[in-house]
Amino acid sequence: MNGDAENELATLLRAAIAGDERAYAAFLGRTAAIVRGFARRKIVQGGVDPEDIVQETLLAIHMKRHTWISDAPVLPWVYAIARFKLIDAFRKRGRRVEIEIGDIAEMVAQPEAETVSDREIGRVLDGLAPGQRSVVAAISIEGRSIGETADKFGMTETAVRVALHRGLRSIAKKFGRS
Amino acid sequence: MQTNDLINALKADTAKQAMPLGYAWWVAIAAATIIAAAVFFVLIGPRPDFAVAAHTLRFLFKFIVTLALAIVAFALLRVLSRPGSDVRGVARWLILTPILLGAAVAAEMFAVPSDQLVTVWWGSNVYVCLTFIPLIGLGPLAVFLAALRHGAPTRPRLAGAVAGLLAGGIAATFYAAHCTDDSPLFVATWYSIAIAGLVALGAICGRRVAHW
Repeated sequence: MNGDAENELATLLRAAIAGDERAYAAFLGRTAAIVRGFARRKIVQGGVDPEDIVQETLLAIHMKRHTWISDAPVLPWVYAIARFKLIDAFRKRGRRVEIEIGDIAEMVAQPEAETVSDREIGRVLDGLAPGQRSVVAAISIEGRSIGETADKFGMTETAVRVALHRGLRSIAKKFGRS
Repeated sequence: MQTNDLINALKADTAKQAMPLGYAWWVAIAAATIIAAAVFFVLIGPRPDFAVAAHTLRFLFKFIVTLALAIVAFALLRVLSRPGSDVRGVARWLILTPILLGAAVAAEMFAVPSDQLVTVWWGSNVYVCLTFIPLIGLGPLAVFLAALRHGAPTRPRLAGAVAGLLAGGIAATFYAAHCTDDSPLFVATWYSIAIAGLVALGAICGRRVAHW
């Protein structure tokens, strides 16, 4: 099955939880590619943008990463979260969707590239409190580090971390609700 | 915002790690037991002849049933709070309590003269049972719903129902020490109805509370 992908992801996530930022970025990048393939295969009709599912899933994985046990498989965990977010997205848009439970085996992960378009997350980001919004935007879209962001806004690094954490949590919450 | 932008933000947000879910469940079960015990001892307490009753099989059997229910429900709730876990393998054990109760009810039918069956079935504590099992279970249910919120249940309604089942199992274990009706017929009927109330409440709250 996906033995290699599984082991690689598990190693990356374990390192990430231990505090390795680069391993975490690699884990999220690979997971995004896998979820993208999953979402594109499942969304046959329009109405839901697969990339929105990818982003919602990454946020959920981030907020719920303490629910993974370090010796449990990663892929079933990732797919279960992606499936939950996909069903949620369909439900929010007033559609019914049937997703089989036992379809993990057929999903050999073909990493798929992102296509560029407007994202739901952009709209959610715009709805944040101004302070959180500018911090999240500086770190995400402008790609600044925590330190650079602190310098830019004249804040302490701790304040930047808090604003980032609260901003992301609030984005995740708004994603979760219709 | 593109996905790579989002990853930039997520990877920078690594400072604060939430409590691991496995650990959180043990905190929850400890807190729930303490709350249930406090409510039990303040409101009703154990029956006066507890020490004598503890030597009878029918009294002890109540605890076997309620504890079996609580243990299975706890295992199932943990699995339901974690995406991608093997729910079916654990859910199979739910049959254990009905089997235990069914066997005990069958034995009771033979042991008790048929003209007394209705008397032991109704007992003398029906309303006490239907009041205090839900009452003792409310606090634990709230604790388990909070723990579910900390977790990531992909079937929130089912998980909420199982939270109610676990709260009911704990509440029934305490209540069994108070109740003087030890017949399996009484337990199978009235305990079940009381616990079903908590299950229904848990299912209703599950979707609202554990939305993520």
